[in-house]
Amino acid sequence: MNKLMTTADVVAQLRDGMTIGFGGWGPRRKPMAIVREILRSDVKDLTVVSYGGPDVGMLCAAGKVKKLIFGFATLDAIPLEPWYRKVRESGALELMELDEGMWQWGLRAAGMRVPFLPTRCGLATDVTKLNPELKTIQSPYADGEVLLAMPALKLDVALVHVNVADRLGNTLIQGGDPYFDHLVARAADACYVSAERVEERLALTPEQARFNTFERYLVKGVVHAPCGAHPTTCAPEYGWDMGHFKRYVASAAEEGGWQAYMDEFVTPGEAAYQDKNGGIERMGKLPLPVF
Amino acid sequence: MSNNTDFTLAELMIVAASEAWRGDGEVLASGIGVIPRLGASLAKLTYAPELLMTDSECFLVEEPIPLGPRGDFVPKYSGYMSFERVFECVWGGRRHAMIGPTQIDRFGQTNLSVVGDYKKPKAAILGVRGLPGNSINHINSFFVPNHSKRVFVEGEVDMVSGVGFNPARWEPGMKQDFMDIRRIVTDLCVLDFEGPEHAIRVRSLHPGVSFDEVQEKTGFPLLQAPELGETPHPTAAQLEIIRRLDPHDLRGAQIKGNPPGIRATA
Repeated sequence: MNKLMTTADVVAQLRDGMTIGFGGWGPRRKPMAIVREILRSDVKDLTVVSYGGPDVGMLCAAGKVKKLIFGFATLDAIPLEPWYRKVRESGALELMELDEGMWQWGLRAAGMRVPFLPTRCGLATDVTKLNPELKTIQSPYADGEVLLAMPALKLDVALVHVNVADRLGNTLIQGGDPYFDHLVARAADACYVSAERVEERLALTPEQARFNTFERYLVKGVVHAPCGAHPTTCAPEYGWDMGHFKRYVASAAEEGGWQAYMDEFVTPGEAAYQDKNGGIERMGKLPLPVF
Repeated sequence: MSNNTDFTLAELMIVAASEAWRGDGEVLASGIGVIPRLGASLAKLTYAPELLMTDSECFLVEEPIPLGPRGDFVPKYSGYMSFERVFECVWGGRRHAMIGPTQIDRFGQTNLSVVGDYKKPKAAILGVRGLPGNSINHINSFFVPNHSKRVFVEGEVDMVSGVGFNPARWEPGMKQDFMDIRRIVTDLCVLDFEGPEHAIRVRSLHPGVSFDEVQEKTGFPLLQAPELGETPHPTAAQLEIIRRLDPHDLRGAQIKGNPPGIRATA
């Protein structure tokens, strides 16, 4: 069994109009090498499901996003995601804006193959008002409470970046917080992971093995992508690239800024991207942020 | 109270913020942003040692972590609190968060999503984030660094992200009992929701601020708490803790111009 493929192989699996879920959180451990490959492709009309960071911003900037299913978009240390804002403010996005807890609840429902899961989150806010497809349900038990029936968020494809993977599709997340990648993977028909390192076969200690957070039967493909989360963090190995983020943020205020960003960083390919960012040595040693 | 007058407005607000957690018991104290986080840390180090806190990443700590580069300080972790576990904590109700919404209305409804029309907003902010879930499940307080009618809006907030005491938003059968909005700490005053039908009251005014000024900068009518007085000044002991927790003076950049805690009379 060998699931090794390239970012181009992954993007070749994508079709216009697909619903794609992204792992990571804000500017943390995002599968950016695959995102850049999507930016280089002509795939369009995507429904993007994400705890949004630059994955959301860049796909919005490139006009790839038809609909966004999200609770936020942020670069964290730079609170406002510049391209999400710009495209959002133009009125060009269809939205399903959810409480961030509802978001993972919907993925959980999809992974468990139930049509919905009940929650209180979202009631009495504009989240339900603005998304009339969200229905309430009355508890069938004596309490009779009215709850929100969070619908399953079924994904066509999940894209996740991990620290280590093997050719079989086993994965290891070594950062402190694994975020919700397991739910993203479970909600999808096909999950593709990119990894800092790819081994023939993982041989882990019990302590390490605890940080395999989803099963290899979910993983359809494994991409070797060193520094593939750049400019987002990939703890414990490297932090976010604030210099790059500043350049990216500035592009949203420039005339033709997105095209210039694409020309400089994306179009020439991943090897050129690494050169432009000081090489993989520098990228892999960016300090982790301290909070 | 100390007679200490050598403190900044940010330090006064940190002490005021810390009071929000008094008497909460063993809950997760989440102060989001520099002043709320220092407030929660101060509360834990003084009158509320039972509070749970994180390192602002994914570990629980019994000793609050200083802000910014840590020098010799090595965190001692006592537990784990990943984002997934935060949701479990939120939905279980054992949390008191203090965050800074973009808008707040007279019902305590909050907005972090957009300003203006939802379809074509004047400004896209963050998105609703965790406000719908936090507000309906556990105790919440708010922090406003720039008290104005832009924050304290007339009418409802542009996008109701966090629930409040607006009866029109609650349908029969929806459980409102877990909603608990406590305090709003601003650069002018401290507010609460303890008026008739949860009307917002001014609870204390920061030194040199008048009730009229607060009212003038608020988009809806305010009540005065019967015990309305001056916001307590930080004590020397509190200031020592704050300075130790914030060695790089990040708090000094939170309020425009870093004004003194006692406003100079005009």
